[in-house]
Amino acid sequence: MSDPTLLIMKGITKSFGKMQVLRGVDLEVNYGEIVALVGDNGAGKSTLIKIITGVHRPNDGEIWYKGEKITLHSVRQSRQLGIETVYQERALADLQEMWRNVFAGREITNALGFMDVAAQRRETERLLREHMGFTSTAITADSPVKVLSGGEKQGVAIGRALYFHADLIILDEPTMGLAIRETDRVLNFVRGFRDQGKAAIFIDHNIFHVYDVADRFVILDRGRVAAQFAKSEITQDELIATMVQLHHTGTLQ
Amino acid sequence: MTAENGGAAPTGLRTWNASAFVREYRLQISILGILVILYTVFLVGNPLVFMHFQIYQSFMTTMPFFGIMALAATYVITLGEIDLSFPSIVGISAWVFGTVFVTTGSFGLAIVGCLSVGLVTGLINGLIITRIGVPSIVATIGTMFLWRGLVNVMSQGKGIALVALRDSPLYDVFVGRLFGVIPVQFVWFVALAVGFAFVYRRHRYGSHLLYVGDNQESARMMGINVERVKIIAFMQMGFFAALAGIFTTSEVTYFWPTQGDGMLLTTLAAVFIGGTSVFGGAGTIFGTFIGVVIIGSLEAGIIAIGLTGFWVRFLNGLLITVAVSVYAFMLKRGR
Ligand SMILES: Nc1ncnc2c1ncn2[C@@H]1O[C@H](COP(=O)(O)OP(=O)(O)OP(=O)(O)O)[C@@H](O)[C@H]1O
Ligand SMILES: [Mg+2]
Repeated sequence: MSDPTLLIMKGITKSFGKMQVLRGVDLEVNYGEIVALVGDNGAGKSTLIKIITGVHRPNDGEIWYKGEKITLHSVRQSRQLGIETVYQERALADLQEMWRNVFAGREITNALGFMDVAAQRRETERLLREHMGFTSTAITADSPVKVLSGGEKQGVAIGRALYFHADLIILDEPTMGLAIRETDRVLNFVRGFRDQGKAAIFIDHNIFHVYDVADRFVILDRGRVAAQFAKSEITQDELIATMVQLHHTGTLQ
Repeated sequence: MTAENGGAAPTGLRTWNASAFVREYRLQISILGILVILYTVFLVGNPLVFMHFQIYQSFMTTMPFFGIMALAATYVITLGEIDLSFPSIVGISAWVFGTVFVTTGSFGLAIVGCLSVGLVTGLINGLIITRIGVPSIVATIGTMFLWRGLVNVMSQGKGIALVALRDSPLYDVFVGRLFGVIPVQFVWFVALAVGFAFVYRRHRYGSHLLYVGDNQESARMMGINVERVKIIAFMQMGFFAALAGIFTTSEVTYFWPTQGDGMLLTTLAAVFIGGTSVFGGAGTIFGTFIGVVIIGSLEAGIIAIGLTGFWVRFLNGLLITVAVSVYAFMLKRGR
């Protein structure tokens, strides 16, 4: 692990039909680093991370991961590489039990594909109590996700990402709709990744959260990287001023 | 004080468990309730018929024909999809079965041909739905006419006599009588129901069915191959429709061009009475099994208790309407 760089993206472009959403994005993420991706609604943040997670394929550009050039074909593949994502949309199925949600797409099975439901329940239960901070006994591994509050749902989505020992965790607006206490818990999760020497990409519209947890800020604007700063280079107020200026004038000059 | 607590706690625990059990299995309990009420009416209405094995033997003969397809349809409906073409798949695969048997004289080859047709027609449905993007209800209306039309063209509207099937040892494997009394197709049906239930609740594939049916986008983001899950669901539907074709053709040792027609609504009714949600993401094989038993005994039962055949449809409709309304109500309250 002499090379400190975990992920390098070079010249990534992506269009949906005629609409060009990403216009040549470069992004680097180092081990032990939290990179914040900030920018207006529709800047292309979610699209960029969906390329890292294999949901979308880029039209052009290169991706290097752990020193190797890779082509991502599927979500399954990116998960196997150790990339976990907490999506803006949560990516849960409401009618299904908590355990089915935690293990969706990665069930614990035998050679014939039959699941070890008891193990999945047990692991989910452990995850609930130890990592997601669930204390209520009314909620178990068998509870359907629909009975959970917004914060609890986010807890499941994050706990699921934690469970599979990722090297790179991507969180797309993980604090959206959460109260202060739940938000703190999420931010602590994120700090925890860095302490373990892992990396995270963190998207949030709340600059206070962003400035609080991230080591580096990448400002995305209409499909391009407009600027990036290490935390040591910029104060919170300057970061806010930069983003406001970008929003109003479309340029940093 | 301690004694009091010691006495109270287990009772509290037990009642909590009982109510949790009822809540968890309320759909299954309701459908079992419907079955019990129905059979009470039958037994009171005509004890002579319903106290004798003969009527049950006749139920066991005919139920598996649509019952097997109801099991397979439960998977498709769990996905939030629908297949209307399976009765026509019964027709086309049974035609292949009859034709191959007549030309080669081999029961085994006829089976292989028949089941292959089921898989291929199911695959075609799956591809039209996932690759081209036609909604399943529309796509399978198309293939429903397509395969039935092809059967008519190929058979020129004529049936095929298949009495020689009886000479094959395989005949007894499909439609023989176990111990001389139990129709073997019913044994198949029960065994398949157990298999379907296991895959539904315990296999990775069953879990993917539920997940995709519940929230397709989430499934995709979790790396589940949504298209593959759907294609497999339509292929197994075709496969088991073809298997049902083997059973019906063998039972009467005759192929007829409208074979499978009239099975559409009974099959789907059994699935919906069984509590599988038309919105996808929820259902049980147990419910479908009981649904098949209910639908499969309704007609004979109604006539046995002295009502005319005119009542059959009406009571069928009443039952289905009431059952699905009750389930929808339960679901709404459960939210
Ligand atoms: N699957 C898609 N098909 C077509 N257009 C899309 C698709 N996904 C995103 N877009 C478009 O791409 C643009 C960028 O969307 P994206 O979700 O990446 O923005 P974002 O930066 O995450 O915004 P927000 O902060 O609101 O979440 C938007 O205009 C959106 O409408
Ligand atoms: Mg977004």
